[in-house]
Amino acid sequence: MGEKIVYPYVPNSVPEVKAQMMKEVGVTDIMELYEEIPEKLKFKGKLNLPEPILDEYSIRRHVEGLLNKNKNAKEYLNFLGAGCAMHFVPAVCDEINGRGEFLTAYVGEAYADHGKWQALFEYASLIGELLDMDVTSCPVYDGFQAAATSLRMAGRINGRKEVLLPASINPDMLLVIDNYTKGVTERFLDLVKVDMDPETGLMDLDDLKSKLSDKTSSVFIENPSYLGFFETQAEEIGKLAKEAGAEFVVYCDPISLGVVAPPAQYGATIACGDFHDLGMHMQCGGGQGGFIATHDDMRYVAEFKDLMFGLTETVEEGEYGFGEVLFDRTSYGSREKGKEFTGTTTGLWAITAGVYLAVMGPKGMAEVGQTIMQRSQYAAKKIGQLKGVEIKFAGTPFFKEFVVDFSMTGKTVAEINKGLLEFKIFGGKDLSSECPENTQMALYCVTEATTKEDIDKLVYALACVTQ
Amino acid sequence: MSQFPGESGLIINEPLLWEKERKGRCGYSLPKREVERQELAAEFQGPAPDLPELSEVDVVRHYTRLSQWNVGVDSVTYPLGSCTMKYNPRINEAMSGLAGFAGAHPLLPASLSQGALSLMFNLERHLAEITGMDGASLQPSAGAQGELTGILLINAYLKSRGENRTKILVPDTAHGTNPASAALCGLRAVAVKSGPEGVLLPESVEELMDSDTAGIMVTNPNTLGLFEENIKQIAEIVHGRGGQVYCDGANLNALMGVVKMGEIGVDVIHLNLHKTFSAPHGGGGPGCGPVCVRSHLEPFLPVPRIGPDQGQGHQLIWDRPQSVGKIHAFYGNFGVMIKAYCYILSMGPQYLKLASQLAVLNANYVKEKLKGTFELAYDRPCMHECVFSDARQAPQGVSTLDMAKKMMDYGFHPPTIYFPLVVHGALMIEPTETESKEDLDSFIAACQEIAKQAETDPELLHNAPVRPKLTRLDETLAARKPRLAG
Repeated sequence: MGEKIVYPYVPNSVPEVKAQMMKEVGVTDIMELYEEIPEKLKFKGKLNLPEPILDEYSIRRHVEGLLNKNKNAKEYLNFLGAGCAMHFVPAVCDEINGRGEFLTAYVGEAYADHGKWQALFEYASLIGELLDMDVTSCPVYDGFQAAATSLRMAGRINGRKEVLLPASINPDMLLVIDNYTKGVTERFLDLVKVDMDPETGLMDLDDLKSKLSDKTSSVFIENPSYLGFFETQAEEIGKLAKEAGAEFVVYCDPISLGVVAPPAQYGATIACGDFHDLGMHMQCGGGQGGFIATHDDMRYVAEFKDLMFGLTETVEEGEYGFGEVLFDRTSYGSREKGKEFTGTTTGLWAITAGVYLAVMGPKGMAEVGQTIMQRSQYAAKKIGQLKGVEIKFAGTPFFKEFVVDFSMTGKTVAEINKGLLEFKIFGGKDLSSECPENTQMALYCVTEATTKEDIDKLVYALACVTQ
Repeated sequence: MSQFPGESGLIINEPLLWEKERKGRCGYSLPKREVERQELAAEFQGPAPDLPELSEVDVVRHYTRLSQWNVGVDSVTYPLGSCTMKYNPRINEAMSGLAGFAGAHPLLPASLSQGALSLMFNLERHLAEITGMDGASLQPSAGAQGELTGILLINAYLKSRGENRTKILVPDTAHGTNPASAALCGLRAVAVKSGPEGVLLPESVEELMDSDTAGIMVTNPNTLGLFEENIKQIAEIVHGRGGQVYCDGANLNALMGVVKMGEIGVDVIHLNLHKTFSAPHGGGGPGCGPVCVRSHLEPFLPVPRIGPDQGQGHQLIWDRPQSVGKIHAFYGNFGVMIKAYCYILSMGPQYLKLASQLAVLNANYVKEKLKGTFELAYDRPCMHECVFSDARQAPQGVSTLDMAKKMMDYGFHPPTIYFPLVVHGALMIEPTETESKEDLDSFIAACQEIAKQAETDPELLHNAPVRPKLTRLDETLAARKPRLAG
């Protein structure tokens, strides 16, 4: 390329401007600016990258070409969930999070980012209302990290080291929790699984009782569980945990909380989860965001690791603004002495979740929760009527996901899901590698974005594929 | 002051969300429930959450007004040091928002996700090439999580050799997350003092590096905006004693196509796609903090790995017995990856290098123009950012904070202040390559006026900001008597 290009994103690439600035700083060759770097450390070649695509239209063509190699939930009916579910996203959410003033800002400065701090303060307040808890911080990366940090908070609060977790826990979540708790020389927290009842999926309370001790830092449950059902003994589990002096940490699904009791009402001391379903697109898993909430108790508040914004006054009477609360908790304030670390997380998604909760209001959250439950129960009932197909843990109430046992059909989940593709359907997550040997189970997810017609189509397709 | 962009314009008042509520209003619409009603047993039901009842227009107007009390790179010059607030090209936003990507489920079989996997595979390759490394993982969600991943990798590698080291060296110029992410893993961060010229000296590392130390975390260029010129010797010392060299690549914007970290002794580096590779910061995320590693650390990278397309398409590889496991629920922040991928494709090797060169030119231009105004912490050529202090204004009772607040009155986002900690009263300015000379000149002129006011009328600065939405906050009240919810 001999032609000199004035690059659209680099305004001073105009040769005259560049020359003038170089003159002002006293260099004749731009590489003189790098004189401080010893010659032998410099890379002298040309990076082995594709030649630039210099026009916007061709970038679009290239990316759309890639997209055509993907199948997605716009063309197919989707019954995959397992931590990333397809929910309806109000247009308002995309509109607000696309605004440059939010999108292109940094974490914050009280005066320059007053609007964002108010939006994050409101997010925290709305999540607090949803969870019936008082305190939440700025968000974390995703629900799995929220779970990990909640458990570390519990460990810091009571100084104990053992976490009891359900045997039904999402195995990927366990991997993330392990990375946050394993430490280099010795584990910060030991992770111990509590058995589940094979019929109901619920936690085996006898096993729980036998494992609770004065070493137990926290008892952790997912509610609804990874496998979809509600832990109906949650209140009892919480009581047992607290009798042993442990924290009761509940991972919940925020979109369920318009109908289902929030964790605080059955004794959770720390609630956490992933808020991707409050207004984010799936984005191949890029729409996740985590939240952690507690009651208003300084022992808990002091253990949050991320920024919090509190309402404060200004020198002008009657005017209010927002300030950082207990900044010294954070690694911004105290480096290695801070609680874990903070940094860029998922601020834009938190603002979006605020927008979502604001448009939904109490009635919208109740309605969306009811719609999801009714449709998922309908889907499970219809699928369970198919020959050789059973709904696992059928006696336990569930929210949006349920396990379908295909073992008696003589077909593998892989075969069934392949067959469903012919009908333009993504079947549920294949659990065969996670379940007991010789079983073929799949985790199906139904949301408010799945219509009765979609479900009927799935049932028809499953009948064709399995029979 | 009229030549500056700051002007008290149309600022609309807006209360807290719930103060706008009117019972009975509604902002949502959902599809009908056309299936039979199923009641959840009463014992599991909760009362409806106490959320405000608002109409859709209330919500849109509320958030639009809040956005107008906020500034981003789209609104103003944003010279926030170490944060690389460069322009975020809109085509990249549009590509990331394509319905097909927005509706992609992460657990689809590889055969149905070839577009996404191909994008991630190639992005990993491009980042490895830019850093001179052999492999990469895109899973970390931001820089600090990249650091955590890097430490887990180093630890797993050392353990595979039967070693269990408990300390790590962290220079005093490092980002605060460096020692914090080390501490999260139980490593003791040992501070290394930088030398009189603002860079690390090999002898300081030599003195501290022992057989119980896992390695060193170096930010290069460092937070003073200086290149760590002794990096190779330092790496040799660390490697010679069995340690690993971690590079915080948050400041890579100075060096694309100029230095390859893998060639100068770095074993693992994290990048910030939301800094160097033009993805927006989103007001605090989502970001993406990939780690790039040399080949001996590759077996330890998080799962799943994305295999090359050898005719059968890309595969997801879970069977990696030495892997550190998972860091993110799925693959990381895929939307951010699309933006960075588009950026790299649109720049190619020559314009990435041009971007770095002009980022350095812009920073040196600001440094030259302002060194008569503010005290320069280290008077030597800088990389992508320059660090001043308030040493000349302090005698008049004017602090860095006062000046930073005044900059807002002139219509500029303030630089990073009081960081790095090694410079008392630091003002850290990173203009990036996307600021025009005219905008930089305007910023420089504002700084010069402010410095003049510090001499003639310090009170003007103590009362700043006077033009933003808010007057001075009672930050002590916010911290001491927290009111965390409305």
